[in-house]
Formats: sequence, C-alpha cells, structure tokens
Amino acid sequence: MMHRWIGAGPEDRRDILSELGIDSIEELFATIPPGVRADSLEVPGPLDETTLLGRLEELASKNTPLGTLPSFLGAGVYRHIEPTVVDTVLQRAEFFTSYTPYQPEISQGTLQTIFEYQTIISRLAGLDVANASLYDGATATVEAALMAHRVLRGKRNRVVVSEAVHPVYRQVLGTYTSALGIEVVTVPVGQDGRSDVERLAEAAGDAACCIIVQSPNFVGIIEDLPAVAEAAHGLGALAVQVVAEAASLGVLKGGGAHGFDIVCGEAQAFGIPAGFGGPHLGFFATTKKLVRQMPGRLVGQTVDAKGQRAFCLTLATREQHIRRAKATSNICSNHGLMLLAATVWLELLGGNGLFELGQANLARAIDLKSRIEKFGHGWTLAYPGSPVFNELLVVGPASGQELQQKLLDRGVLGGVPSRLWGGSWPDGLLVAVTERTTSDDVAALIDAMEAVK
Amino acid sequence: MSVPKDLRYTKTHEWMRREGDVAVVGITHYAQDQLGEVVYVELPEVGAQAAAGEELGTLESVKAVSELYAPVGGEVVEVNEHLSDAPNLVNDDPFGEGWLVKIKIAEEGETLDAAAYEKLVAEESA
Amino acid sequence: MKHRPLREEPLIFEHNGNRYNRGRFALPPLDVHNVDLNAVLPENQIRQPLRDLPDLGELDVVEHFHRLSQMNFAVDEGLYPLGSCTMKYNPRVNEAAARLKGFTSIHPLQPESQVQGALRLIWELAEALKTITGMAGITLQPAAGAHGELTGMLMIRKALEMRGEHRRQVLIPDSAHGTNPASATFAGFEAVEIASAADGTVDMDALDRMMTADVAAIMLTVPNTLGVFEPRIVEIAKLVHDRGGLVYMDGANLNAFLGKALPGAMGADALHINLHKTFSTPHGGGGPGAGAVAVSEALVPYLPVPRVVRRDGRFVVQWDDPSSIGPMRGFYANFLILVRALAYIWGLGPEGMAETAETAVLYANLVRHRLSGTYHLKYDAPSLHEVVFDDSYQHAHGVTNVDISKRLLDYGFHPPTMSFPLIVHGALMIEPTESPSPEEVASFCEAMLSIAKEAAEAPELLHDAPHETPVGRVDEVEAARHPRLRWEAGEAT
Repeated sequence: MMHRWIGAGPEDRRDILSELGIDSIEELFATIPPGVRADSLEVPGPLDETTLLGRLEELASKNTPLGTLPSFLGAGVYRHIEPTVVDTVLQRAEFFTSYTPYQPEISQGTLQTIFEYQTIISRLAGLDVANASLYDGATATVEAALMAHRVLRGKRNRVVVSEAVHPVYRQVLGTYTSALGIEVVTVPVGQDGRSDVERLAEAAGDAACCIIVQSPNFVGIIEDLPAVAEAAHGLGALAVQVVAEAASLGVLKGGGAHGFDIVCGEAQAFGIPAGFGGPHLGFFATTKKLVRQMPGRLVGQTVDAKGQRAFCLTLATREQHIRRAKATSNICSNHGLMLLAATVWLELLGGNGLFELGQANLARAIDLKSRIEKFGHGWTLAYPGSPVFNELLVVGPASGQELQQKLLDRGVLGGVPSRLWGGSWPDGLLVAVTERTTSDDVAALIDAMEAVK
Repeated sequence: MSVPKDLRYTKTHEWMRREGDVAVVGITHYAQDQLGEVVYVELPEVGAQAAAGEELGTLESVKAVSELYAPVGGEVVEVNEHLSDAPNLVNDDPFGEGWLVKIKIAEEGETLDAAAYEKLVAEESA
Repeated sequence: MKHRPLREEPLIFEHNGNRYNRGRFALPPLDVHNVDLNAVLPENQIRQPLRDLPDLGELDVVEHFHRLSQMNFAVDEGLYPLGSCTMKYNPRVNEAAARLKGFTSIHPLQPESQVQGALRLIWELAEALKTITGMAGITLQPAAGAHGELTGMLMIRKALEMRGEHRRQVLIPDSAHGTNPASATFAGFEAVEIASAADGTVDMDALDRMMTADVAAIMLTVPNTLGVFEPRIVEIAKLVHDRGGLVYMDGANLNAFLGKALPGAMGADALHINLHKTFSTPHGGGGPGAGAVAVSEALVPYLPVPRVVRRDGRFVVQWDDPSSIGPMRGFYANFLILVRALAYIWGLGPEGMAETAETAVLYANLVRHRLSGTYHLKYDAPSLHEVVFDDSYQHAHGVTNVDISKRLLDYGFHPPTMSFPLIVHGALMIEPTESPSPEEVASFCEAMLSIAKEAAEAPELLHDAPHETPVGRVDEVEAARHPRLRWEAGEAT
C-alpha cells in the first residue's frame, strides 16, 4: 500500500510504467549519478495520524502557553484578542492552499482581500500606498533602509537609526547592509527615553539616505515624529517610521501624517498569534511618488473583458521575476495568509473598534503606570514624564534578568529584560499590557513585586 | 514591420532622426512589438547628459522591462511629456508621437542605416 | 471556487446603509478608568477612528470572506500543476498540529524552561532535514525560499572574507528563477549569467571559461527549471571548488529526488529548502513559507543566530556568536510553518519520501508522454518532476501560452507556470506533484489535448477565455497604466 498522501498505488504505477514503455521506476532517475544516491534515510515515521498528533501534542505540552499565567511580555510580540472568525476564514482551503494570485481570473478572493488590506494599512500609515506584506517588522525595516538608499540613487551611503528601534531589527539591518557597503550609524536615546533629534541630525549630516525611528519605541515611548520628519527632510534624507506594535495605530496617527516617507513594521498585533515568533506580518507603506522603488507585491484595481471591476497584481516590473538582478527586493513568497488574518481582524473590529482597542491598551498602561509610581520599594518608571502606548520600562531593585526570574518564581511573566540585547537605557523590565490584560493579572504582578523589594 | 528609410538605428533597437544639431530618439516598431503594450516610460530629466551607448531610461510593459540606450551623446534638451499619461503612444506611433527624448549632439554613436537594421531584425526574429 | 457568483462582492468600505453603531466585535471589559487621550498623548499625534472601516456584525464579515473565498481556486479543487511551485496536498493534520495552544500561544522571549517543547521541535526538524539533505548544518530561520538564498549567499560572502578573499561575481544559469540573481545582488555580488548548453543543462565549456578567481559561487537549481537533473553535477561542483568558489544549490525542486539523492554528496555548500513546496506546508495565497538553509562544514560557523542547541538533554538558545552572519529576521523562524513540516516528515517516513519523489516523477513523465507531439518540447532531456512545453505548435493559429492557460481555467484546472524559464519562450511548465490520483492527471491531459484541438478549430474560444470564471480576462495593462492601489471614498466603482 502506498502512503495516504500519494495519489497512485502500486498497480497504478505499473500501468503508467507500461504506458511509458519502461520496466522500472529507477530508469526515470538514471540521470542522477550513483555516487549521490541516498540509502534509506534515518528519520522517524511513517506515523498514522493518531500517533502523529499524539507525538506533537506531547511536544506542545512541554510549553507553557501565555494565558496559563499572567504575562506582561511584549518587546515586539503582543497578545491581543484572537476572534474565532479570523482562524475559521484562514482555514478555508480557497485561501490557505492557493498560490500567489498570478492568475487573476481565479484569484479575485485573495486579490480583493489584499486591495482592502492595502487600503486600510495606507490609511493607518497616513500614506498613499501599502504593499501586500513582507516577512516581519525586522525585514520591513531593512527594506525601508534599502529603498531609501535606492531613492537617493546610492549616492548617500549612510543609514541613521535610533537606538530605540527594536534591537533585533537593528541587528538584522546590520546583517543585510554589511554586504552592501552601507554604513549604519546608531544614535543613543535621550534622557527622556525619546530619540535625540539633534543627535540624529548630526549623525545624518549630508550623507544619510534616511533617518529611522520607531514609535512607540523599544522602551515604550512615543517619539516626537513631526520633529524627526522635519530634521530628515531638512537634510535631504527620507524619514522612516518603524512600528513594532501596530495596535498603537488605533489611537495614534501614522507617520505619513507628519510627513514621513515610509511607515513600516510589524502587524502581528492584528490577529496573529505569538506563535513563538512567527509567521508574523511585515507591513510597508510609502508615498505615490516613491511607489516604483517600493519592495514587494502590489494589487491594483482594473476591469475584466466585460468592463466589470476586477483586481490583479500590478507594477510587477519592480520585482525579481521580471527585473531579476535589478529588482527592488529579492522577495517572492511573502506573508499573504497573515495579511488575510490581519484584514479579517481589522474588518471585524471596524474603525471604531480599533480605536476603542487602542484606548483600552492606553488605559491599562496608564493604570499600571500609576500603580507602579505609587508602589515604590525601589520600583520606578524609567521615563515617568514621557508619553507611552502600552509598554513601560520599569526599573526595580535588581537587574532586568533577575527581576524576570524573581517574578517568574512567583508565577508571573513580568516582562522582557530591557538589556537583553544591550542598550544605553536603564536595566529593567519592559512591561507590556493589552486589552486582554485583566485587573487580576495586574494584581498578581503587584503581589509578586511585593516579594522583590 | 516598418523601418523608415530616413532614420538611423542602433543595434539595441532605438531610432534617431537629425533635426539640425539635435537628435530625436525613440524605439523602433520592432522593439515596441517585442516589448508588448507599454505601461510606463522612465526618461531622464531635461539637462541630463547622455553618453552614446549608455542607458538613458527604461520602458516597461506589464511583464517586461527594456532599457533605452542613447544613440548619441550630449545634453537632453527635451523629453516627451505626453508619455507619462499616454505611454501607449510608443506602441501606437513609435516613429512619430511616441518619440522619447531629444539630445543635443555632442558625441556621435554607432548607428546603422535602414537596410542594415532590417537585416538585423530579420536575423533576430529568425 | 464557485463559478460565476450571481453578484459582485462589494469592498468592505462600500457596505452601505446606516453603517455606524451596528453591533461589532466586543472587547474584554475594561475595568480601569478610561483615559482622556488629550491628557496622555502628544496632541498632534492623536488620530480619529477610521471612518472608512464600518461597524459590521460578525455575520457581515464572515459572509464577506466566505464569498471572496468562492472566487479563488484551491489545491483541493483540481490539479494545480504550477511548475516549480510544487502545489501538493496540504495534509490537514499539519493544520491541526500548528493550532495546538502549546505552539500558537508561546512568546519568543519566554524563558527557555517554558518552551522546551518548541525548542525541541526546532531541533528535531533541523536534524531531520540534515539527514534528508546529507548536509552538516542547517538554519531554519529564513521566512521563504528567496530569504534562504540571501542567507546562503551572505554565509558564502562571509566565508570568503574570512579567507581574505573578495570575489565579486556569482554565476547563474540563464534558466534560473528570478530570485537567484536578485538574492546574489542583495548579498553584494554581481550576478553573471551563464548560458545553458543546447540541452538546457550547464555548458561545461562556458563554465570552465567563466569560473575565474573573481567568482565567489555558482547558483544552481537542481534539478533545473526544465525539470532536468544536471548529469555532471559532481564535476561542476568539483570544478568550482578547485578554483576556490562555493556551490549554492536552489532546492526549490527538491521534491524530484526527496529520499532518493543527497545534495550533500553532490557538493553543495548551501542549499535552501522550501518547506512550503517539498514539505507540504500551504502556500497561503502567497505565503508564509519557510526556507531552511542546509550547509556544508565550510559554512557551519557562519549560520545565523539565534541557534537552538542541545546541551545535557536540554535545549538552549545561543543568541550570539561572533562568527555568525547575524540574524536574518526577528526571533527564531516561521515556527508554526516548521510544526507543519515536521508533522509531514514524521507522517511520511523515509519510504514515503522516496515514494513521493517517484510518483511525482512518474506523473510528470506521464504528462510528457501524453502531450508530446501535441505540444512542443523544446528540450527533450529526460524529465524528473516537471516538464516544460511551449506554445510554438499553437502559434500557427495565433494562440499563445496565455490563451491556453486561460482556457484551462474553463476546464477546472489551474494553469501551468508561464513566466519562466526565460530560455523557453511561451513556456508551459507542468508539475503535477505526487498528490493527485492517476485519473486526475489523465483528466488534465485530456483537457490539454482538447484545448490544442480548439486552438486549431476555434482559436477565438481561447482568445476570449476564460468564460466560466468569476471574472473574465483581466486587463492588466489598464491596471499598470493607471495604478489604483487603494479604495478612495466616493470613487465610481
């Protein structure tokens, strides 16, 4: 008997071989030299479905899911509401088994979804156009820097990035740019947890193709976006806003409203599970003027042969399958299904729901902020006077690593150590709240803090 | 396949017509046919310097990109502004309203006469 | 896909009527004081709610996406023979596994003690793929095939730098997928095209001539995009290695020899594996995929971080290593895709893998046998998992590969790949995979034969195709000439 995932049985194989006029299937592999052939591979299996699922359940059971204990982890991955509708839509085979919509006549479902997503994201970003997804926030940040480099025709070889851009995003930026001879200059945050705009401008001089800030930034603070855009443009550089917590766009205008040329980042917040770090959703928006330098796929509206509205992939000459070595990016497969999740999630909430969700996050953060301020005992906020969205840098009576462990000993995932990847900011915990955080969770955190004085 | 006798041609399928010391440049009927329906034309800015044989712009169809090479060197004195709204002119009238740029000739390039170009096209399409 | 829905599905923004303040998805109750935004946010950064995105009931949204889905074609609906895309069946058990709470609801920055199962899963998959490829090391980090290519090329760059060499060129056959030259360029190399020999394989004389001291690597797709195995692969790798270069293999077509041959033995230094092709994870309408990169000993030191290592029976994360090229993305990998791939490998087992490749190759040869003569085969070297015809026989009737493909939609099949390889003009690249039944493959062949007949007798039927799909042939020229990339309020529809 052949395996259940293979369409032909032994008799079928025999019939086909006889039609082909050959005796053995091995004849079809004759071009592969004997020296590179595989013997039977030592991998587990085959497993029937029941046993297989049992094995995987066993692995899953060795993890501790969020939700089984109070969690305040964020730092680029947030636990927001997960409406059941989102996953039921994702499980429709017409969406999850289909390929990239290169054949528009049988892909209108995917194409219209992308068009709706492009519309919503461009509005949230405050810009004209958004692409049909990138891998994640880190690679979106890299693509923004590389695009800025192209826009200035490679004549400005410096990328200026605030230290308060997610450290992992900055590391990935380093991985990519090192091969291209692009210089990356990192500028430390100021005393108030915001990027120091003057120092960003100094670092840029007349050599930078872009200035990149994240807002809300890695230590939770909302940047002075208008000032950053003005500084960048004054120096002839592009202004790039990275957003690592897309839920903030529920109450905060995207950088486009302040003149930013590119707004990009991570949209995991929009209905995508933490999933141990992926797959998440890189988003990317820019101006109409720069669209031909944009990476990634785009969907446009057009008509069919009868004049009915229809959608198709467009402006594809930017992409690798046409422009090859001169493409704006090497991206091919993107994160289309995650885009679908985000679109369902956003449409289920609606504009008002998204705003309300943003408010709820903010209210939780402000509540926690005041509780910590009242609490004392060596616990304090690193930047009490600066505006936040849903994440706070909290300093306690020990290092961030120790605080995390001590809180965990008391059954609370208290946050991410702020210096996990280094940084010039205080050594503490990044404590994130969302609309899913309950007052019981907060009470558990405060209780655990009691024990760490 | 039309190849007007009074024009000069390049091996990369541009045509050129002399008007005094200025060269009017476009792509040939054969080139636009190979490329398909043109959807976008990227041209240099007026005042840019063109070098003979060097890239001067790009033409895009839905599924292909083709570079425009300068048949002669010199300053770009005019570009066809209509093409940004009506790139189809390159297909509809490649030797007329679909012209691309005008260059004030400062450097001669290597060009072919109509007969030689016809021969080239015959070879390429064989 | 439902053919020809009775009504057009409006954009969500066009949902009409008294659209605000309908019931919408409820948030958990907020039991703290709400805040005055003006008091806590910079005033000039506060947004108003998006007016274009209406308040909708749950059913409104469910209906919207249900109807949209009906305009898509699915793998489960009929043969999806996109060449080089390996559109095989996506086992449902993979989906169930990837939805276990213990996998979906874990944070990448949770303490190692809380995610031992996830770290183990990453380790298990890495070990299995090393065995399957016969390679020394692996990273599961890349999010897609092209991302894997870039990862591999950056490792090659670093290895050469560590040797004190600054080779600038990368040789890429003209039959390669477009991501190869793009990835080489983004890794800081100059992509140099190497023309294929008359039979579509690598031209050894050209390689000998071009493989200079300035060449860092060759990027080879094995089997190539014609579905042809490079019979001299071992000699090619040896020649490249002897002259100080490295060998990058594009494993997009691994399904052709899964369990039958080892890229490690062929001389590959880096090989990316599309888990969303060979290892059955779904394509998702464009992604997400995963592009693991297996490497030879020469590249092991340069693998990206973070890495998962086993130490005294426990699994730990190595966040940093000075010799690494660094991270290629946020966190570990497209983890939930890895869950699916491991489920597939364990479900299939070693014999199942070999049977997979055998059946995929058998089907491609069956299609080749049945369609040869009716469709033109430019390169007649033996086919493995896919076969590439072209439209030159149909040209006489003014019919192109696009016309044939659009007509195929009316017969209920997805078209083959047409956009490459560039060395076959008017290509029809067919990859049936091992999944369908022989009857399904036979029906596809019947449809192709019938279309060839129509091309001769009634070509206009093809020019106007498709006739039975939710929308007719889409005007891509109009889309590109007048880009409308988002909905605008008040715009005529």
